[in-house]
Amino acid sequence: MKNKYSIFSLIKNAFSQHENWKQAWGNPEPKKEYEAVIVGGGGHGLATAYYLAKKHNMKNIAVLEKGWIGGGNTGRNTTIIRSNYLWDASAGLYDHALKIWENLSQELNYNIMFSQRGVMNLAHNLQDVRDLKRRTHANRLNGIDAVWLDTKQVKEFCPIINISQDIRYPVLGGTLQRRAGTARHDAVAWGYARGADAMGVDIIQNCEVKGIKRNGDQVEGLDTTKGFIKTKKIGVVAAGHSSVIANMAGLKLPLESKPLQALVSEPVKPIIDTVVMSNAVHAYVSQSDKGELVIGAGTDAYISYTQRGSHDVVEGTLKAILELYPIFSRMKMLRQWGGIVDICPDASPIISKTNIKGLYFNCGWGTGGFKATPGSGDLFAHTIANDEPHKLNAAFNLNRFVSGDLVDEHGAAAVAH
Amino acid sequence: MFVINCPYCGERDQSEFSCGGEAHIVRPKQPTELSDDEWAEYLFMRKNIKGVQFERWNHAHGCRKWFNMVRDTSNDKIHAVYKIGEKPPVI
Repeated sequence: MKNKYSIFSLIKNAFSQHENWKQAWGNPEPKKEYEAVIVGGGGHGLATAYYLAKKHNMKNIAVLEKGWIGGGNTGRNTTIIRSNYLWDASAGLYDHALKIWENLSQELNYNIMFSQRGVMNLAHNLQDVRDLKRRTHANRLNGIDAVWLDTKQVKEFCPIINISQDIRYPVLGGTLQRRAGTARHDAVAWGYARGADAMGVDIIQNCEVKGIKRNGDQVEGLDTTKGFIKTKKIGVVAAGHSSVIANMAGLKLPLESKPLQALVSEPVKPIIDTVVMSNAVHAYVSQSDKGELVIGAGTDAYISYTQRGSHDVVEGTLKAILELYPIFSRMKMLRQWGGIVDICPDASPIISKTNIKGLYFNCGWGTGGFKATPGSGDLFAHTIANDEPHKLNAAFNLNRFVSGDLVDEHGAAAVAH
Repeated sequence: MFVINCPYCGERDQSEFSCGGEAHIVRPKQPTELSDDEWAEYLFMRKNIKGVQFERWNHAHGCRKWFNMVRDTSNDKIHAVYKIGEKPPVI
């Protein structure tokens, strides 16, 4: 790496008032032709480019981003990382990602502030209890750490939770994955961008894809706002806009795009040192290093690309938060925003080839894609480079909607959608 | 969030309604004769348009009737509302 970050580089730059740090990645104009082009400069897209260059020796590649890198869902999510999914295929996929997260700051030489503070999923009714206990067993059979906590243990692990049995949805217990936690979302995009750039990947911002050129069933290139770019391999990682890109290639995907909201409070002193998620009442909360409560709300129940989200959805989430954490009743919310999530009918992602040669899709992550960023990039890079899926993403092919071999994770998505 | 002009009840908050997704997807007449590809197309594949989209809505917390709507999904502007069975307007 050109400029390795270390305690020594920090001291050296302190002498020049930190004014001589080199740019972490370049701002190139697109070349006429690339070996592969990744559409979408979020965490998943940048990770894909990084692993294509690092593990598959494809250096002549570009990442096209219509806005600025990490400005879409990477910068809008609630940064929760966990791998406690029910089915074997999902457990394999998400735990692959979690294992990469554990060493990612060192690998990228970039502090992504990964914090294994644990993620607790609460149960509020008997069916929740049965489902979560079943999930705990399934997780442990797959080598994923998971424990069941009764109500008292929930209270011990997170003392500010209201465990009164008189509330509308009382806490009947919960599961805990201690290896789970959070990371700094922007740093993930920046770290991968810096790593990819250092290996020669062109990161081209403010470059929107307007069309995909095909010759028969083989892709030939992309029309963009910065001109035509020739390439034989296109990897689309466009989250909520995946269908828009698919339509350019004459393809339909099993996706619906909806606004998902999050909000943060004013910053306060440390009060909650873990992540608590609740599916039944649709509330999840953690605290950022700045001290803000980071709260995830639900999706709007209709297709929209507005990146806003409805007020009633936020209101519902805050009602649940206040019942579970009466201590937050005087907190003021600072900011609210929406991101457009692409939801699959089975709540599992698609990392797949298509019936068009050279066109690959990594989409359908719905409300929970951030946690998979490194694994998703690694497996998508494998799929693009070899024109074949890795065994960990073989089940997440597009053909499952034809064969019926779905990976139904509605129960394990921490929020209902 | 927006206001929907229900063809039966008039203007109500969107939160009273539930969205049934893309409209005018015709149920197969001979389901037993469909191939797996055709089933997938009918059940799962959606246009998921960014822009003007025809969709079904249900006034779930009102008259509970289904109707169709033309809405721009890029800004949530509603162009038209029409009853089931009526000819879709040209937008």
